[in-house]
Amino acid sequence: MLLGAIVAALLATPALAADPRRPYVVNGDEIKASLTGRAGDPARGRAIVANRQVGLCLLCHTGPIPEERFQGDLAPDLGGAGGRWTEGQLRLRVVDAERFNPTTIMPPYFRTEKLARVAKAFADKPILSAEQIEDVVAYLATLKD
Amino acid sequence: MSLGSAGHVLLGLLVSLTAPALAQAPGERRSGYHDMSPSLQAMQDDEIANPGMLWVLDGEAMWNRKQGAAAKSCADCHGAVSTMAGVAARYPAFSGANPRPVDLAQRINLCRTDNQKADAYPYESKELLSLTAVVTRQSKDLPIAPPADPRLAPFVAAGADLFTQRQGQLNLSCAQCHEDNAGRKLAAATIPQAHPIGYPIYRLEWQSLGSLQRRLRNCLIGMRAEPYAYGADEYVALELYLASRARGMPIEAPGVRP
Ligand code: HEC
Ligand code: HEC
Repeated sequence: MLLGAIVAALLATPALAADPRRPYVVNGDEIKASLTGRAGDPARGRAIVANRQVGLCLLCHTGPIPEERFQGDLAPDLGGAGGRWTEGQLRLRVVDAERFNPTTIMPPYFRTEKLARVAKAFADKPILSAEQIEDVVAYLATLKD
Repeated sequence: MSLGSAGHVLLGLLVSLTAPALAQAPGERRSGYHDMSPSLQAMQDDEIANPGMLWVLDGEAMWNRKQGAAAKSCADCHGAVSTMAGVAARYPAFSGANPRPVDLAQRINLCRTDNQKADAYPYESKELLSLTAVVTRQSKDLPIAPPADPRLAPFVAAGADLFTQRQGQLNLSCAQCHEDNAGRKLAAATIPQAHPIGYPIYRLEWQSLGSLQRRLRNCLIGMRAEPYAYGADEYVALELYLASRARGMPIEAPGVRP
Protein backbone atom coordinates (compact mmCIF):
# COMPACT_ATOMS: atom_id res chain seq x y z
CA MET A 1 0.00 0.00 0.00
CA LEU A 2 2.71 2.46 1.10
CA LEU A 3 5.00 1.19 -1.66
CA GLY A 4 2.22 1.75 -4.17
CA ALA A 5 1.88 5.36 -3.03
CA ILE A 6 5.61 5.95 -3.37
CA VAL A 7 5.65 4.49 -6.89
CA ALA A 8 2.69 6.67 -7.84
CA ALA A 9 4.45 9.74 -6.46
CA LEU A 10 7.61 8.90 -8.40
CA LEU A 11 5.66 8.47 -11.61
CA ALA A 12 4.06 11.85 -11.04
CA THR A 13 7.40 13.75 -10.78
CA PRO A 14 8.12 14.26 -14.52
CA ALA A 15 5.99 17.43 -14.51
CA LEU A 16 8.45 18.95 -12.06
CA ALA A 17 11.47 17.55 -13.87
CA ALA A 18 10.36 19.06 -17.18
CA ASP A 19 10.61 22.64 -15.86
CA PRO A 20 12.92 24.34 -18.37
CA ARG A 21 14.16 26.77 -15.72
CA ARG A 22 15.41 23.99 -13.45
CA PRO A 23 18.53 25.57 -11.92
CA TYR A 24 21.95 23.98 -12.11
CA VAL A 25 25.31 24.70 -10.56
CA VAL A 26 28.49 25.14 -12.59
CA ASN A 27 31.71 24.03 -10.89
CA GLY A 28 34.72 25.08 -12.96
CA ASP A 29 34.10 23.67 -16.42
CA GLU A 30 31.55 21.12 -15.23
CA ILE A 31 27.96 20.71 -14.13
CA LYS A 32 28.60 17.82 -11.79
CA ALA A 33 25.03 17.02 -10.72
CA SER A 34 22.38 15.51 -12.95
CA LEU A 35 19.80 18.11 -14.01
CA THR A 36 17.05 15.70 -12.96
CA GLY A 37 18.72 14.11 -9.94
CA ARG A 38 18.73 10.81 -11.86
CA ALA A 39 20.99 9.13 -14.38
CA GLY A 40 19.90 9.36 -18.01
CA ASP A 41 19.23 6.48 -20.37
CA PRO A 42 21.97 6.02 -23.01
CA ALA A 43 19.69 4.23 -25.50
CA ARG A 44 17.20 7.10 -25.45
CA GLY A 45 20.14 9.52 -25.67
CA ARG A 46 21.43 7.83 -28.80
CA ALA A 47 18.00 8.19 -30.41
CA ILE A 48 17.92 11.92 -29.53
CA VAL A 49 21.40 12.50 -30.98
CA ALA A 50 20.41 10.64 -34.16
CA ASN A 51 17.17 12.56 -34.63
CA ARG A 52 17.51 15.56 -36.94
CA GLN A 53 14.41 17.30 -35.58
CA VAL A 54 15.11 16.67 -31.89
CA GLY A 55 18.85 16.60 -31.17
CA LEU A 56 20.01 18.13 -34.47
CA CYS A 57 23.52 16.97 -33.47
CA LEU A 58 24.29 15.16 -36.74
CA LEU A 59 23.55 18.28 -38.77
CA CYS A 60 26.96 19.49 -37.61
CA HIS A 61 28.73 16.49 -36.03
CA THR A 62 29.72 13.10 -37.29
CA GLY A 63 29.20 10.31 -34.78
CA PRO A 64 29.26 6.53 -34.45
CA ILE A 65 25.67 6.16 -35.70
CA PRO A 66 26.26 4.38 -39.01
CA GLU A 67 22.59 4.03 -39.99
CA GLU A 68 22.28 7.83 -40.27
CA ARG A 69 23.60 8.95 -43.63
CA PHE A 70 24.58 12.55 -44.42
CA GLN A 71 26.22 13.59 -41.18
CA GLY A 72 27.67 17.10 -40.91
CA ASP A 73 31.37 17.90 -40.92
CA LEU A 74 31.58 21.26 -39.19
CA ALA A 75 32.12 19.94 -35.67
CA PRO A 76 34.32 17.25 -34.04
CA ASP A 77 33.43 13.57 -34.31
CA LEU A 78 31.38 12.57 -31.27
CA GLY A 79 33.19 9.22 -31.18
CA GLY A 80 35.48 9.23 -28.15
CA ALA A 81 33.79 12.25 -26.53
CA GLY A 82 33.22 10.23 -23.36
CA GLY A 83 36.96 9.52 -23.19
CA ARG A 84 37.99 13.14 -23.75
CA TRP A 85 35.56 14.74 -21.30
CA THR A 86 34.09 13.95 -17.89
CA GLU A 87 30.34 13.55 -17.56
CA GLY A 88 30.19 16.98 -15.92
CA GLN A 89 32.08 18.61 -18.77
CA LEU A 90 29.82 16.91 -21.32
CA ARG A 91 26.76 18.17 -19.42
CA LEU A 92 27.99 21.78 -19.42
CA ARG A 93 28.97 21.49 -23.07
CA VAL A 94 25.47 20.42 -24.12
CA VAL A 95 23.68 22.79 -21.70
CA ASP A 96 25.55 25.90 -22.86
CA ALA A 97 28.59 25.40 -25.11
CA GLU A 98 29.35 29.13 -25.03
CA ARG A 99 30.73 28.57 -21.51
CA PHE A 100 33.64 26.79 -23.19
CA ASN A 101 33.87 28.90 -26.33
CA PRO A 102 32.08 32.27 -26.55
CA THR A 103 32.11 32.20 -30.37
CA THR A 104 30.97 28.57 -30.72
CA ILE A 105 28.42 27.65 -33.37
CA MET A 106 27.07 24.86 -31.12
CA PRO A 107 23.57 25.86 -29.91
CA PRO A 108 22.89 26.22 -26.18
CA TYR A 109 20.57 23.25 -25.57
CA PHE A 110 19.35 24.23 -22.11
CA ARG A 111 19.35 28.02 -22.15
CA THR A 112 16.34 30.27 -22.61
CA GLU A 113 17.86 33.66 -21.83
CA LYS A 114 20.15 35.93 -23.91
CA LEU A 115 18.61 34.74 -27.18
CA ALA A 116 17.31 37.13 -29.87
CA ARG A 117 14.13 36.85 -31.92
CA VAL A 118 13.30 33.23 -31.05
CA ALA A 119 10.41 31.92 -33.20
CA LYS A 120 7.10 31.99 -31.30
CA ALA A 121 6.75 28.20 -31.32
CA PHE A 122 10.06 27.86 -29.43
CA ALA A 123 9.87 30.92 -27.17
CA ASP A 124 11.02 30.32 -23.58
CA LYS A 125 11.65 26.64 -24.29
CA PRO A 126 15.09 25.07 -24.19
CA ILE A 127 16.03 22.97 -27.24
CA LEU A 128 16.09 19.83 -25.05
CA SER A 129 14.40 19.15 -21.71
CA ALA A 130 16.36 18.27 -18.58
CA GLU A 131 15.50 14.57 -19.10
CA GLN A 132 16.66 14.67 -22.71
CA ILE A 133 19.93 16.39 -21.73
CA GLU A 134 20.59 13.64 -19.17
CA ASP A 135 19.85 10.92 -21.75
CA VAL A 136 22.26 12.58 -24.23
CA VAL A 137 24.97 12.96 -21.56
CA ALA A 138 24.55 9.30 -20.58
CA TYR A 139 24.97 8.30 -24.23
CA LEU A 140 27.99 10.54 -24.84
CA ALA A 141 29.65 9.10 -21.70
CA THR A 142 29.51 5.63 -23.30
CA LEU A 143 31.55 6.85 -26.30
CA LYS A 144 34.94 6.00 -24.79
CA ASP A 145 36.86 5.51 -28.04
CA MET B 1 7.26 48.33 -43.68
CA SER B 2 6.21 49.33 -40.21
CA LEU B 3 7.77 52.12 -38.20
CA GLY B 4 8.86 49.47 -35.76
CA SER B 5 11.02 47.65 -38.24
CA ALA B 6 12.36 50.92 -39.66
CA GLY B 7 13.40 51.83 -36.15
CA HIS B 8 15.06 48.45 -35.77
CA VAL B 9 17.15 49.00 -38.89
CA LEU B 10 18.04 52.52 -37.75
CA LEU B 11 19.17 51.17 -34.43
CA GLY B 12 21.18 48.53 -36.25
CA LEU B 13 22.93 51.00 -38.47
CA LEU B 14 23.97 53.22 -35.58
CA VAL B 15 26.01 50.40 -34.09
CA SER B 16 27.24 49.00 -37.36
CA LEU B 17 28.83 51.87 -39.26
CA THR B 18 32.10 50.27 -38.25
CA ALA B 19 30.97 46.74 -39.19
CA PRO B 20 33.96 44.55 -40.05
CA ALA B 21 34.49 43.73 -43.71
CA LEU B 22 33.73 40.02 -43.80
CA ALA B 23 33.38 39.36 -47.50
CA GLN B 24 35.70 36.84 -49.08
CA ALA B 25 38.42 38.09 -51.41
CA PRO B 26 37.09 38.10 -55.01
CA GLY B 27 39.19 35.07 -56.01
CA GLU B 28 37.67 32.97 -53.23
CA ARG B 29 34.07 33.78 -54.04
CA ARG B 30 32.03 30.93 -55.34
CA SER B 31 28.46 30.60 -56.55
CA GLY B 32 26.19 28.01 -54.95
CA TYR B 33 25.95 26.67 -58.52
CA HIS B 34 29.37 25.00 -58.08
CA ASP B 35 28.13 23.00 -55.08
CA MET B 36 25.39 21.30 -57.13
CA SER B 37 25.56 17.99 -58.97
CA PRO B 38 26.53 18.14 -62.68
CA SER B 39 22.97 17.19 -63.65
CA LEU B 40 21.48 20.16 -61.75
CA GLN B 41 24.12 22.46 -63.22
CA ALA B 42 23.13 21.23 -66.67
CA MET B 43 19.48 21.86 -65.84
CA GLN B 44 20.26 25.46 -64.86
CA ASP B 45 22.42 26.04 -67.96
CA ASP B 46 19.92 24.69 -70.49
CA GLU B 47 17.20 27.22 -71.36
CA ILE B 48 14.81 24.43 -72.33
CA ALA B 49 15.38 22.27 -69.23
CA ASN B 50 15.56 25.15 -66.70
CA PRO B 51 12.05 25.25 -65.13
CA GLY B 52 12.61 28.89 -64.13
CA MET B 53 12.38 29.84 -67.82
CA LEU B 54 8.62 29.16 -67.66
CA TRP B 55 8.29 32.14 -65.32
CA VAL B 56 10.53 34.21 -67.60
CA LEU B 57 8.22 33.43 -70.55
CA ASP B 58 5.12 34.32 -68.53
CA GLY B 59 6.79 37.53 -67.45
CA GLU B 60 7.55 38.43 -71.02
CA ALA B 61 3.86 38.12 -71.94
CA MET B 62 2.91 40.19 -68.89
CA TRP B 63 5.42 42.89 -69.88
CA ASN B 64 3.31 43.69 -72.92
CA ARG B 65 -0.12 43.45 -71.29
CA LYS B 66 -2.06 46.66 -70.49
CA GLN B 67 -2.94 46.81 -66.80
CA GLY B 68 -4.69 48.92 -64.19
CA ALA B 69 -6.75 52.13 -64.35
CA ALA B 70 -4.01 53.70 -66.49
CA ALA B 71 -4.40 50.86 -69.05
CA LYS B 72 -0.66 50.86 -69.67
CA SER B 73 1.73 47.97 -70.17
CA CYS B 74 5.32 47.95 -68.93
CA ALA B 75 6.33 48.19 -72.60
CA ASP B 76 4.27 51.37 -73.05
CA CYS B 77 6.65 53.16 -70.70
CA HIS B 78 9.92 51.23 -71.11
CA GLY B 79 9.88 49.76 -74.62
CA ALA B 80 11.17 46.24 -75.16
CA VAL B 81 12.02 44.20 -72.07
CA SER B 82 15.63 44.10 -73.30
CA THR B 83 15.93 47.75 -72.17
CA MET B 84 16.00 46.28 -68.64
CA ALA B 85 19.55 44.91 -69.16
CA GLY B 86 21.65 45.90 -66.14
CA VAL B 87 18.73 46.94 -63.95
CA ALA B 88 18.60 43.84 -61.72
CA ALA B 89 22.39 44.11 -61.28
CA ARG B 90 22.03 47.37 -59.35
CA TYR B 91 19.05 46.58 -57.09
CA PRO B 92 18.21 47.05 -54.19
CA ALA B 93 18.45 50.81 -54.75
CA PHE B 94 16.73 54.11 -54.08
CA SER B 95 14.04 54.64 -56.67
CA GLY B 96 11.92 57.70 -57.38
CA ALA B 97 10.64 59.52 -54.33
CA ASN B 98 10.61 56.40 -52.14
CA PRO B 99 12.30 57.30 -48.85
CA ARG B 100 13.95 53.89 -48.44
CA PRO B 101 15.81 51.57 -50.79
CA VAL B 102 13.64 48.91 -52.44
CA ASP B 103 14.45 45.55 -54.00
CA LEU B 104 13.55 44.72 -57.59
CA ALA B 105 10.20 43.11 -56.75
CA GLN B 106 9.24 46.17 -54.69
CA ARG B 107 10.32 48.46 -57.58
CA ILE B 108 8.07 46.48 -59.93
CA ASN B 109 5.18 46.91 -57.49
CA LEU B 110 5.87 50.68 -57.37
CA CYS B 111 5.34 50.71 -61.15
CA ARG B 112 2.11 48.77 -60.61
CA THR B 113 0.70 51.22 -58.10
CA ASP B 114 2.16 54.53 -59.33
CA ASN B 115 2.27 54.12 -63.10
CA GLN B 116 -0.32 51.47 -63.96
CA LYS B 117 -2.70 52.50 -61.16
CA ALA B 118 -3.15 48.84 -60.27
CA ASP B 119 -2.91 46.91 -57.00
CA ALA B 120 0.51 45.71 -55.88
CA TYR B 121 1.04 41.98 -56.44
CA PRO B 122 1.47 39.89 -53.26
CA TYR B 123 4.97 38.67 -52.42
CA GLU B 124 5.71 35.27 -53.99
CA SER B 125 2.70 35.53 -56.30
CA LYS B 126 3.19 33.98 -59.71
CA GLU B 127 2.80 37.42 -61.32
CA LEU B 128 5.43 39.18 -59.21
CA LEU B 129 7.88 36.28 -59.56
CA SER B 130 7.35 36.19 -63.33
CA LEU B 131 7.97 39.91 -63.82
CA THR B 132 10.99 39.80 -61.49
CA ALA B 133 12.32 36.78 -63.39
CA VAL B 134 12.01 38.34 -66.84
CA VAL B 135 13.60 41.63 -65.74
CA THR B 136 16.45 39.81 -63.96
CA ARG B 137 17.04 37.55 -66.95
CA GLN B 138 17.92 40.64 -69.01
CA SER B 139 21.01 41.01 -66.77
CA LYS B 140 22.18 37.40 -67.24
CA ASP B 141 26.02 37.28 -67.12
CA LEU B 142 26.27 40.96 -66.17
CA PRO B 143 28.24 41.70 -62.98
CA ILE B 144 26.43 42.63 -59.77
CA ALA B 145 26.93 46.42 -59.64
CA PRO B 146 25.53 48.13 -56.53
CA PRO B 147 25.23 51.87 -57.22
CA ALA B 148 27.72 54.29 -55.65
CA ASP B 149 24.90 56.07 -53.84
CA PRO B 150 26.03 57.33 -50.43
CA ARG B 151 22.45 57.15 -49.15
CA LEU B 152 22.72 53.35 -49.36
CA ALA B 153 25.72 53.05 -47.03
CA PRO B 154 23.78 52.98 -43.73
CA PHE B 155 21.37 50.35 -45.09
CA VAL B 156 24.24 48.13 -46.29
CA ALA B 157 25.80 48.51 -42.84
CA ALA B 158 22.50 47.54 -41.21
CA GLY B 159 22.45 44.42 -43.40
CA ALA B 160 26.01 43.54 -42.39
CA ASP B 161 24.95 43.91 -38.78
CA LEU B 162 21.97 41.59 -39.23
CA PHE B 163 24.23 39.11 -41.02
CA THR B 164 26.54 38.79 -38.03
CA GLN B 165 23.88 38.89 -35.31
CA ARG B 166 23.03 35.62 -33.54
CA GLN B 167 19.33 34.86 -33.53
CA GLY B 168 16.75 32.19 -32.91
CA GLN B 169 16.57 29.30 -30.46
CA LEU B 170 19.70 27.83 -32.10
CA ASN B 171 21.53 31.14 -31.50
CA LEU B 172 23.23 31.18 -34.91
CA SER B 173 24.24 34.05 -37.19
CA CYS B 174 24.22 34.00 -40.99
CA ALA B 175 27.98 34.60 -40.92
CA GLN B 176 28.67 31.56 -38.73
CA CYS B 177 27.37 29.36 -41.52
CA HIS B 178 28.03 31.36 -44.68
CA GLU B 179 31.41 32.89 -43.76
CA ASP B 180 32.94 30.56 -41.18
CA ASN B 181 31.61 27.22 -42.46
CA ALA B 182 30.89 27.74 -46.18
CA GLY B 183 31.88 24.67 -48.17
CA ARG B 184 31.35 22.35 -45.18
CA LYS B 185 28.45 19.91 -44.86
CA LEU B 186 25.39 20.72 -42.78
CA ALA B 187 23.93 17.20 -42.90
CA ALA B 188 23.49 16.57 -46.66
CA ALA B 189 23.70 20.22 -47.76
CA THR B 190 26.95 21.92 -48.69
CA ILE B 191 26.76 25.36 -47.04
CA PRO B 192 27.01 27.93 -49.86
CA GLN B 193 28.64 31.35 -49.52
CA ALA B 194 25.15 32.87 -49.84
CA HIS B 195 25.55 34.92 -53.00
CA PRO B 196 22.25 36.30 -54.31
CA ILE B 197 23.18 36.01 -57.99
CA GLY B 198 20.77 33.22 -59.01
CA TYR B 199 17.53 34.74 -57.65
CA PRO B 200 14.67 34.33 -58.27
CA ILE B 201 15.55 30.65 -58.17
CA TYR B 202 13.76 27.41 -59.08
CA ARG B 203 14.06 25.08 -56.07
CA LEU B 204 13.17 21.45 -56.61
CA GLU B 205 12.13 21.24 -52.95
CA TRP B 206 9.65 24.12 -53.50
CA GLN B 207 8.57 22.87 -56.94
CA SER B 208 8.41 26.56 -57.76
CA LEU B 209 10.34 29.69 -58.42
CA GLY B 210 11.04 31.64 -55.22
CA SER B 211 12.50 35.00 -54.30
CA LEU B 212 15.63 35.79 -52.33
CA GLN B 213 13.36 36.88 -49.46
CA ARG B 214 11.85 33.40 -49.43
CA ARG B 215 15.35 31.89 -49.22
CA LEU B 216 16.30 34.18 -46.32
CA ARG B 217 13.05 33.26 -44.59
CA ASN B 218 13.95 29.57 -44.90
CA CYS B 219 17.33 30.13 -43.27
CA LEU B 220 15.68 32.09 -40.43
CA ILE B 221 13.16 29.28 -39.88
CA GLY B 222 16.08 26.81 -39.80
CA MET B 223 17.69 28.93 -37.07
CA ARG B 224 14.33 28.81 -35.23
CA ALA B 225 14.20 32.60 -35.42
CA GLU B 226 10.98 34.52 -36.03
CA PRO B 227 11.11 35.28 -39.77
CA TYR B 228 10.59 38.93 -40.76
CA ALA B 229 7.37 39.61 -42.66
CA TYR B 230 7.72 39.65 -46.45
CA GLY B 231 8.76 43.12 -47.56
CA ALA B 232 10.35 44.02 -44.20
CA ASP B 233 13.19 46.52 -44.20
CA GLU B 234 15.43 43.86 -42.66
CA TYR B 235 15.24 41.74 -45.82
CA VAL B 236 16.09 44.73 -48.02
CA ALA B 237 19.05 45.53 -45.75
CA LEU B 238 20.26 41.90 -45.97
CA GLU B 239 19.74 41.89 -49.75
CA LEU B 240 21.80 45.10 -50.02
CA TYR B 241 24.58 43.62 -47.92
CA LEU B 242 24.57 40.37 -49.95
CA ALA B 243 24.75 42.42 -53.19
CA SER B 244 27.68 44.46 -51.89
CA ARG B 245 29.43 41.23 -50.92
CA ALA B 246 28.81 39.75 -54.39
CA ARG B 247 29.83 42.90 -56.32
CA GLY B 248 31.27 41.88 -59.69
CA MET B 249 29.91 38.30 -59.69
CA PRO B 250 27.88 37.48 -62.84
CA ILE B 251 24.10 37.11 -62.59
CA GLU B 252 22.85 33.53 -63.21
CA ALA B 253 19.10 33.96 -62.82
CA PRO B 254 16.93 32.02 -62.89
CA GLY B 255 19.12 29.59 -60.97
CA VAL B 256 18.19 26.02 -60.04
CA ARG B 257 18.75 24.59 -56.56
CA PRO B 258 17.93 21.21 -54.95
C1 HEC C 1 25.29 24.00 -35.27
C2 HEC C 1 26.35 23.08 -34.97
C3 HEC C 1 26.31 22.10 -33.82
C4 HEC C 1 25.24 21.36 -33.34
C5 HEC C 1 23.81 21.32 -33.87
C6 HEC C 1 25.76 20.57 -32.24
N1 HEC C 1 27.09 20.83 -32.05
FE1 HEC C 1 28.33 19.95 -30.66
N2 HEC C 1 29.91 21.11 -31.28
C7 HEC C 1 29.88 21.97 -32.37
C8 HEC C 1 31.21 22.52 -32.58
C9 HEC C 1 31.61 23.48 -33.71
C10 HEC C 1 32.04 21.97 -31.58
C11 HEC C 1 33.56 22.22 -31.39
C12 HEC C 1 33.90 23.07 -30.23
C13 HEC C 1 33.37 24.48 -30.35
O1 HEC C 1 33.50 25.11 -31.40
O2 HEC C 1 32.78 24.93 -29.38
C14 HEC C 1 31.18 21.10 -30.79
C15 HEC C 1 31.62 20.34 -29.70
C16 HEC C 1 30.90 19.33 -29.09
C17 HEC C 1 31.43 18.39 -28.11
C18 HEC C 1 32.87 18.31 -27.66
C19 HEC C 1 33.56 17.52 -28.73
C20 HEC C 1 35.00 17.21 -28.42
O3 HEC C 1 35.31 16.05 -28.24
O4 HEC C 1 35.79 18.17 -28.34
C21 HEC C 1 30.41 17.55 -27.75
C22 HEC C 1 30.48 16.38 -26.80
C23 HEC C 1 29.25 17.95 -28.50
N3 HEC C 1 29.58 19.03 -29.29
C24 HEC C 1 28.02 17.33 -28.44
C25 HEC C 1 26.88 17.71 -29.16
C26 HEC C 1 25.58 17.09 -29.02
C27 HEC C 1 25.28 15.90 -28.15
C28 HEC C 1 24.72 17.78 -29.83
C29 HEC C 1 23.22 17.62 -29.98
C30 HEC C 1 22.42 17.41 -28.82
C31 HEC C 1 25.50 18.79 -30.52
N4 HEC C 1 26.80 18.73 -30.07
C32 HEC C 1 24.99 19.69 -31.47
C33 HEC C 1 28.77 22.27 -33.17
C34 HEC C 1 27.48 21.75 -33.00
C1 HEC D 1 22.84 26.67 -39.82
C2 HEC D 1 23.36 27.16 -41.05
C3 HEC D 1 22.76 28.39 -41.74
C4 HEC D 1 22.43 29.61 -41.22
C5 HEC D 1 22.56 30.07 -39.77
C6 HEC D 1 21.96 30.43 -42.33
N1 HEC D 1 21.99 29.70 -43.48
FE1 HEC D 1 21.66 30.44 -45.37
N2 HEC D 1 21.88 28.52 -46.14
C7 HEC D 1 22.28 27.41 -45.42
C8 HEC D 1 22.31 26.26 -46.28
C9 HEC D 1 22.70 24.83 -45.89
C10 HEC D 1 21.92 26.73 -47.57
C11 HEC D 1 21.79 25.89 -48.84
C12 HEC D 1 20.38 25.63 -49.17
C13 HEC D 1 19.82 24.43 -48.52
O1 HEC D 1 20.21 23.34 -48.89
O2 HEC D 1 18.95 24.58 -47.63
C14 HEC D 1 21.67 28.16 -47.44
C15 HEC D 1 21.31 29.03 -48.50
C16 HEC D 1 21.36 30.41 -48.42
C17 HEC D 1 21.30 31.30 -49.57
C18 HEC D 1 21.18 30.87 -51.04
C19 HEC D 1 22.51 30.61 -51.67
C20 HEC D 1 22.39 29.98 -53.04
O3 HEC D 1 23.44 29.79 -53.68
O4 HEC D 1 21.29 29.68 -53.49
C21 HEC D 1 21.34 32.58 -49.09
C22 HEC D 1 21.32 33.87 -49.91
C23 HEC D 1 21.43 32.48 -47.63
N3 HEC D 1 21.45 31.15 -47.27
C24 HEC D 1 21.49 33.57 -46.76
C25 HEC D 1 21.40 33.47 -45.35
C26 HEC D 1 21.19 34.58 -44.45
C27 HEC D 1 21.06 36.03 -44.88
C28 HEC D 1 21.14 34.07 -43.18
C29 HEC D 1 20.81 34.74 -41.88
C30 HEC D 1 19.58 35.46 -41.81
C31 HEC D 1 21.39 32.64 -43.30
N4 HEC D 1 21.51 32.32 -44.62
C32 HEC D 1 21.52 31.76 -42.21
C33 HEC D 1 22.64 27.39 -44.07
C34 HEC D 1 22.47 28.45 -43.17
